[in-house]
Amino acid sequence: MESKDYLKDISEIKNLMNKSSRFISLSGLSGILAGVYALIGAATAYWLVTTYSYGTLILNGWVFRTCVLILALVAFFSILTGILLTTRKAKKHGEKIWDNTSRRLVFNFLIPLVVGGIYILIILNQQKYGQTGALMLLFYGLALINASKYSIGDIRHLGFIQIILGLICACYPGYGFWLWVFGFGVMHIVYGTWMHFKYDRN
Amino acid sequence: MSIITNINKVFDHRIRLGIMSILMVNEYADFNTLKELLDITDGNLASHAKALEKAEYISVEKQFIGRKPNTRYATTKLGKVEFKKHIEALEKLINN
Repeated sequence: MESKDYLKDISEIKNLMNKSSRFISLSGLSGILAGVYALIGAATAYWLVTTYSYGTLILNGWVFRTCVLILALVAFFSILTGILLTTRKAKKHGEKIWDNTSRRLVFNFLIPLVVGGIYILIILNQQKYGQTGALMLLFYGLALINASKYSIGDIRHLGFIQIILGLICACYPGYGFWLWVFGFGVMHIVYGTWMHFKYDRN
Repeated sequence: MSIITNINKVFDHRIRLGIMSILMVNEYADFNTLKELLDITDGNLASHAKALEKAEYISVEKQFIGRKPNTRYATTKLGKVEFKKHIEALEKLINN
């Protein structure tokens, strides 16, 4: 008779521990869309390079600059979609979008990401281009793993996958484009779908 | 019976368990955060926090942010140890 109450206590303890320390309103759908943007961006870049640049990137040419612009657009729209859909989900659950838990999540996600971004810019300036894809995957993976402590724990697995892809990419820079497409495009879609069905559909 | 003795009277209340749960996984939490998470009134929270403070399971730090008074709570070392014991005892009770 009493143990039933204790069972309820334990589940409430778990619930409060999660609710107070993790931001769990991340939207799976935004992951899917981020993957789709990455695929569209990659396809556009691929088409540009094969038609206008004979399959090789001429640095400082307009094709190269357009590819960088595409990359920036993909990042911009992914972040925008993520913020919009996550806000919507948080509202639906009656949670605040900007509280201690989401602040901590964003902050810890950004540390590896910003460090990685700056590092990539530095080595690009030194004309070392070969490892860019690998570095993006590696730092993004580290950012996910770092953030997983403050959100849905599952994103840690996605982080490990990105890191493995990044390391493979470092060994075979020639396949960098395809590994990037797989990591940022396909994996986001797969993961977003999984999260969507696991958490969003009630 | 050792199991029964490990059930801590101070924790034997839903709200006190709640306060401790939040403080176990956070470095600290302020009064309003606790109030929102637990969905209880000021007076209710204050009296239960007082009980935990009296047992020296949590520490209270009062300060001003701008002109607003702000009360921060955190677990003490003793509180952490006792809470863990209490949870283990609960789990044993359930499993038996």
